[in-house]
Amino acid sequence: MSQFATNTTLPRYLRDEQEKVEKIAKAHGLDFFPVVFEMLSYDHMNEIAAYGGFPNRYPHWRFGMEYERLSKSYEYGLSKIYEMVINNNPSYAYLLEGNSLTDQKLVMCHVFGHVDFFKNNFAFRATDLDAGEHIADPVGRRKEYDPNRRWVDKMANHGSAVRRIVDRYGIHKVEEFVDVCLSLENLIDPWSRFVVRRRESQTDEEPEQVEVPRLKSKDYMDEFINPSEYIEEQKKKMEAERELEKGKFPAQREQDVLLFLLENAPLERWERAILSIIRDEGYYFVPQMQTKIMNEGWASYWHSKMMTEDVCDWSEIVDYAENNAGVMATSGGRLNPYKLGVELYRNIEERWNKGQFGQEWEDCDDLDVKKNWDLRLGLGKQKVFEVRALYNDVTFIDEFLTPEFAMENKMFTFNWSNRNERYEIDTREFQAVKEKLLAQLTNFGNPSIFVEDANYENRGELLLVHEHRGVDLRSDYARETMASLVRVWKRPVSLATQIDGKKAVLRFDGKEHGVRHDAP
Amino acid sequence: MSLKIDQDHSRFRNIVRGKIRQNLRRYISQGEMLGRKGKDLVSIPIPQIDIPRFTFGDKQKGGVGQGKGDAGDPVGGEEGEGEDGAGQAGKDAGDHVLEVDITLDELADILGEELELPAIENKGKSRIIAAKDRYTGIRRIGPESLRHFKRTYKEALRRSIASGVYDPGNPMIVPQKEDKRFRSWKEDHEPVANAVILYMMDVSGSMGDEQKEIVRIESFWIDTWLRRQYQGLESRYIIHDAVAREVDRETFFRTRESGGTMISSAYRLCAQIIDEHYPAAEWNIYPFHFSDGDNWSMDDTLTCIELMKKEILPKVNMFAYGQVESPYGSGQFVKDLREHFSTDERVITSEIRDRDAVVGSIKEFLGKGK
Repeated sequence: MSQFATNTTLPRYLRDEQEKVEKIAKAHGLDFFPVVFEMLSYDHMNEIAAYGGFPNRYPHWRFGMEYERLSKSYEYGLSKIYEMVINNNPSYAYLLEGNSLTDQKLVMCHVFGHVDFFKNNFAFRATDLDAGEHIADPVGRRKEYDPNRRWVDKMANHGSAVRRIVDRYGIHKVEEFVDVCLSLENLIDPWSRFVVRRRESQTDEEPEQVEVPRLKSKDYMDEFINPSEYIEEQKKKMEAERELEKGKFPAQREQDVLLFLLENAPLERWERAILSIIRDEGYYFVPQMQTKIMNEGWASYWHSKMMTEDVCDWSEIVDYAENNAGVMATSGGRLNPYKLGVELYRNIEERWNKGQFGQEWEDCDDLDVKKNWDLRLGLGKQKVFEVRALYNDVTFIDEFLTPEFAMENKMFTFNWSNRNERYEIDTREFQAVKEKLLAQLTNFGNPSIFVEDANYENRGELLLVHEHRGVDLRSDYARETMASLVRVWKRPVSLATQIDGKKAVLRFDGKEHGVRHDAP
Repeated sequence: MSLKIDQDHSRFRNIVRGKIRQNLRRYISQGEMLGRKGKDLVSIPIPQIDIPRFTFGDKQKGGVGQGKGDAGDPVGGEEGEGEDGAGQAGKDAGDHVLEVDITLDELADILGEELELPAIENKGKSRIIAAKDRYTGIRRIGPESLRHFKRTYKEALRRSIASGVYDPGNPMIVPQKEDKRFRSWKEDHEPVANAVILYMMDVSGSMGDEQKEIVRIESFWIDTWLRRQYQGLESRYIIHDAVAREVDRETFFRTRESGGTMISSAYRLCAQIIDEHYPAAEWNIYPFHFSDGDNWSMDDTLTCIELMKKEILPKVNMFAYGQVESPYGSGQFVKDLREHFSTDERVITSEIRDRDAVVGSIKEFLGKGK
């Protein structure tokens, strides 16, 4: 245990509990960073929660807004924050002063689940500050894995950097620009740390001679199979294409719009500093969004296992159960990530224990046989640990959501009904449920938007492209966001998208918004 | 205790109030949470400002849910079924939903800021002293309920170490009588400011409902502002037609009487109340008089002016007269007052033409910081 744990203000009896819980967690095979628990009063808790878990952030009104919401809902007894833990090495976790001992134990168990997840899930490797620009192998790692994830310090540094800028340029000006950046915050590339997007070397080489691919043929048939007029035509076409691409900038579509703007937009120094801070922080929260279901599910899986098997005595079990039921409740037909996650892990564990996977299982049509299928493999535990390391929400659902599971958990899709002006249950068909769920999780609910051309129509204008996957953009917000883009790019900005099934280009030139319905 | 986030929070409040960053105002949405306060449901407004981003339009989106129901059923089950959704509870109990919004103190601050009202100068009397107990010291004797645990423990620890009975292996400390320490208090004396508002209203036949409504609105705001300035503000209410009487707040705003108008009757009663209950040396006194200005006779008006000069003005912080325009044309009284007291800073007059004029009138009344 590091020196941090002994430095906290945590009362003795809770420190003893922490040691106990930690031992149990280790015995179960959890592998976590050192965890520092701190006890907070409710208003401190609300403050830190409003800051997204960090004690120090840059000044911005939206933290105040969040604080107001949290404290009002606490003061009127609507909700309270039980636990909070941040992905940092060592991890910081907060306990609410005045919670019962059972609750505190529950929180501790839950927290160790999260921290194990932070340390082991591959997506979180992107938050290693010492990993370099690209992480070629997110799974492989050194034996003593002790990465630099001092995000608490980094966020605090961001705070003082922004405060310095505020001192120089005034809060209004700076805050206005922060708002502009925040409105572009989601235009990042969630996988950029794992994929090499730009291949610089290619551009240096002299482009090869255009070669039209020919169909294979015997010599004497060649003229018939690859007629020379056709080849000539194709060659011209390809050359013309290449000519078009020559002046194109960026050479390939870029999903990291923020990076593109940082590198290419005419920004002042302080503006660049702020945009870069917002982008860094945006990337910090990406893994958490990519693994919401898995992360919460994993923590819940472990708190319930540890609490019921090891931690609780008979006097506490009812309190625990009540609390747990509150966390797991699904109400109003909404999906609860805690519940979905924990049930899926349990399902996987059961299936791998009983051998309900693989070709034989897939091919079996006999429901009765399937029901009593038990090969006594006992691979469940190993499998869930593997899953927690190698998957994110999209792949997790894609691979492990089964028709049986969806049926058992009464899953359905819903849609807005124009006729009745309400959301209605659409279908319970498995394929539809799975597709919808995956669509929701892809890019974690953000539209995919790319930089297509930075010299659009040869006028230095910016063209973005929205990859339309069936859902339109919210138009009023899109217009406002275009305004933010113009503020940064300083030239007119266009966005190619679809509206009501038709291709459309939105344009904002700093004064007027326009929509053109013929696509480029 | 002050928090780091207080600054961010007050900036947010200021944006919501529209004091700064007007360009953000159009993104404010008035969310609410439904809470419970005793038996009543309360709606707790939580203004939210959404920073616009590229995001999906709502209605095409739909999603995945979990629960009972067939295709075509509304999501969340039939109304009344199950125990979900604060929204439904809100519908059922629509009548009982109270608004919890900003507190009156906050409201007063907003009023003060909006109207640029100066903080009121206390009449400078610190003669009334309130005694307040403060726990500041430590004694060796005292009641058990005030025992200072930490100090007692320290004393006991010190004694046991000194006398050599302390065993680090078994660190048991038994405090004895002479180890005990108790918190002790000191009486602090603080000057208090006292204030009273005397509301007087003309309820003669010519004052209609609209006029009373104007008076009600105006006196509510004045009340709110003065309460912010003085703790323990008292209010007294006088209504008059040809005779004056003191009433409670409820009656003050609801009575409609007919008959003539003798303003002097109210002033006499006002002077009497001040003399009996609010010695001028110890109280900040604010008489407010609202009328449509149709006094019975010039003689009575002169009596009023006499009364004011001799009885009222020497004792009060200021005297405010608000003349509400009545359907029968505006009266003469305000002009008479202005004529006689044009140089007297303590007398403030204001004509209130309609509801919209209330704001300006409040500013006239309170803008001097008396």
